Amino acid sequence: MQQSIEAVNLTKKYGSFVALSGLNLKFEGAKCVGFLGPNGAGKTTTLKLFTDMIRPSAGHALINGIDVHENKRDALSSCTALIETPEIYPSLTPAEALSMIAEIRGVSSNERNIRIEESLNEVKMLEWKDKKVGKFSKGMKQRVNIASVLISDPSIIMLDEPTTGLDPRGMSEVREIVKSLKRKNRLIFMSSHLLNEVTDVCDEVAMIDHGKLLVYDSILNVIQKFSENGSNIIEVGFSRAIDENIMEKIGKLENVKATSKIDETNLRMEILGDIKVQEALFYELANMKIGVISFKPSSSALESTYLNMIKETL
Amino acid sequence: MPNRVPSSIRQAFTVTKFELLNYVRSRRFIIMLGIGIIVGALLTLLVGHYRPSGFLASSIDFYSSWWGISATYIVILSGIFFGGDAISGEFQNKTGYFIVGNPIRRSSIYAGKWLAAFVASFIVLIVFLGITVLNNFYYFGLNLPYQFLESFLFTLLYLISVLGLTFFFSSLFKSSSVAILTTVVLMLFAFSLIQELIDAFVHVEPWFLITYGAGIIGNILTVPYPSHILTTHFGHVVVTSYAVTVPEGIAILVAYFAVTVILGLVLFERKEFN
Repeated sequence: MQQSIEAVNLTKKYGSFVALSGLNLKFEGAKCVGFLGPNGAGKTTTLKLFTDMIRPSAGHALINGIDVHENKRDALSSCTALIETPEIYPSLTPAEALSMIAEIRGVSSNERNIRIEESLNEVKMLEWKDKKVGKFSKGMKQRVNIASVLISDPSIIMLDEPTTGLDPRGMSEVREIVKSLKRKNRLIFMSSHLLNEVTDVCDEVAMIDHGKLLVYDSILNVIQKFSENGSNIIEVGFSRAIDENIMEKIGKLENVKATSKIDETNLRMEILGDIKVQEALFYELANMKIGVISFKPSSSALESTYLNMIKETL
Repeated sequence: MPNRVPSSIRQAFTVTKFELLNYVRSRRFIIMLGIGIIVGALLTLLVGHYRPSGFLASSIDFYSSWWGISATYIVILSGIFFGGDAISGEFQNKTGYFIVGNPIRRSSIYAGKWLAAFVASFIVLIVFLGITVLNNFYYFGLNLPYQFLESFLFTLLYLISVLGLTFFFSSLFKSSSVAILTTVVLMLFAFSLIQELIDAFVHVEPWFLITYGAGIIGNILTVPYPSHILTTHFGHVVVTSYAVTVPEGIAILVAYFAVTVILGLVLFERKEFN
C-alpha cells in the first residue's frame, strides 16, 4: 500500500475564528508536496492537526488511512513531523535527545546508535553529539530537530518551515536533505514561505489562504493554469556562456514564446503548453548539444502565480 | 523493516529516563539538593551547639522535632521545584513540540514526567533522611523507632499527593510562572492559613486540606498519638484544634492524589499546542 496523507473536511475553529475550513486533500506515493500560504493561512494548523497537537473541530486527519486523533500511536508510527521550532530539554545532548525519540518510536537498541550517528551526520551535527543542547544556537537546535525526524526511517515526513532559523548554508543543506529523502521513496509534506525552496524541492504544491485550499496540483500545472496568460516560465542552465546564436535558436523552437538572459549561463524561457510540451522542449534542447545542465520551473513564475492567487482571496 | 512502537508503559519509562537525566543535570536539582543538605547541616549545627531538650529527650522526640517539622517543607519544595512547571513548561518552552508529535499517548508523557519528578524528589528526601538518621545515631545509637518508618512512609505518600497537585496546577496553566506561583502560595501560605483559621474559630475539621492530611507525618512521631479534637477555653473564647488521625490522613492524601492526577491528566489531554 502506498503511503498517504488525507484531510477529509478538516476544520479547525477557535471560537468564531475559522483557522481551517473544510480542507479536503489527499497525497499518495513518494513525492514532495509543498504547502504554501501567507502567515495565518492555516498551514501550521493543518500540520498540527495531522500530529494531534490540536483537535479538529470537524473532519478527519488521516495518515495511511488511520485517523490521527482516534489512533495516534498507529497513525504516527511511520510518520515523523517537525512542527515550528521545538525546544529540546537543555541538559540533554543531541545523542540523548535522539535516543529518546528513537526509543519512543521503537528503533531497536542495536540499530539506535547507528541511526543517531547517521542522522546527526546528515545534518552536520555529529561533532556536537555529546554537547548539551542548552548551549546551542537556534540553527543548531533546528538541525537536531531535523535529525529527530530522520531517526526512525519514516515513510512519511511532515515539515513545517524546516529552514526557519538556519543560515543560507544550512537552508541549502536542508533542501539537499529533503531532496535525498524524496529519492528514498518517502512522501514529504512541507510547508514553506520560501517559493524558491518549494520550486527547488517539491513536485507538487498545495496553496492555502484564509483556511481554505486554493489549489493542489503539480508546480508546472499550477503555474500554467494560474499565470496571467496561460504560459509557463522555465529557467534553463548552461555549462558555458550563452551567445546570441543560442538565444536565437531557442527562440525559434515551437511553443517558446520569449527568451531572456538571467546571467551569462542561465536564461528564462516563456513557453506555451503543458508538461508534455515541456518534456519535448527539454528533449530538443538536450539534442541541440548546447550545454544544457538544468531545466526547471522558475521560482519567480510560482511567485507571481502565488501572489495572483492570494490577491484574489483578499 | 518498519519499527514497532513500544507499549505505552514502556514509552512512559523512556520519558522518565530522559526527564530524570535532564533533572539531575539541571541547576534546579542541585539547588533542591543543596536546600536539603543546608537544612540538615543547619539543624546538625544548632542541635549540636544548643542541645535543646525537645530534641534530645528521646530518640522518638528527636525524630518528631527534626523530621516531623522539616520533612513536609522538603516535600513541598521538591513538589514546586520538580512539578511546578513540568507540564506548563512543555507548552511555554515548546519542549512539548519535540515529543508530542510522535506516536505516544499524552498519558504516557504525563506519567513519565510525574515518575521522574517523584524520583528526583525522592533522591532529595533520601539525602535529608540520611542526615536525620546519622544525627539520631550520634545521639541515641542504633535506634530506629518503628514510628519513624511509618512517618517516612507517610512522607512518601505526602510527596505523591503534592506532586499530583503540582502537576494539576502545571496542567491548568500554560505559563510556568503562574503554575509555580499558584502552587507556592497555596502550599506554603494559603492552606496553612485556612487550616489555622478554620481549626481555631470555625470549629470545623479541615479534612479537605492536603496540609491537614500531612499532619500524620508529625503526629505519628508523638507518643501518645495526639487527641483528635482539643478544645481550649481562653475566657469566653473557645479555640479548637484538630489532630488528623492516621486513617483520615491517609484517606485525604490518597484522595488528593487520585483527584488531582485524574484532573491534571484530563487537562493535559485536552490542552492544545497553539
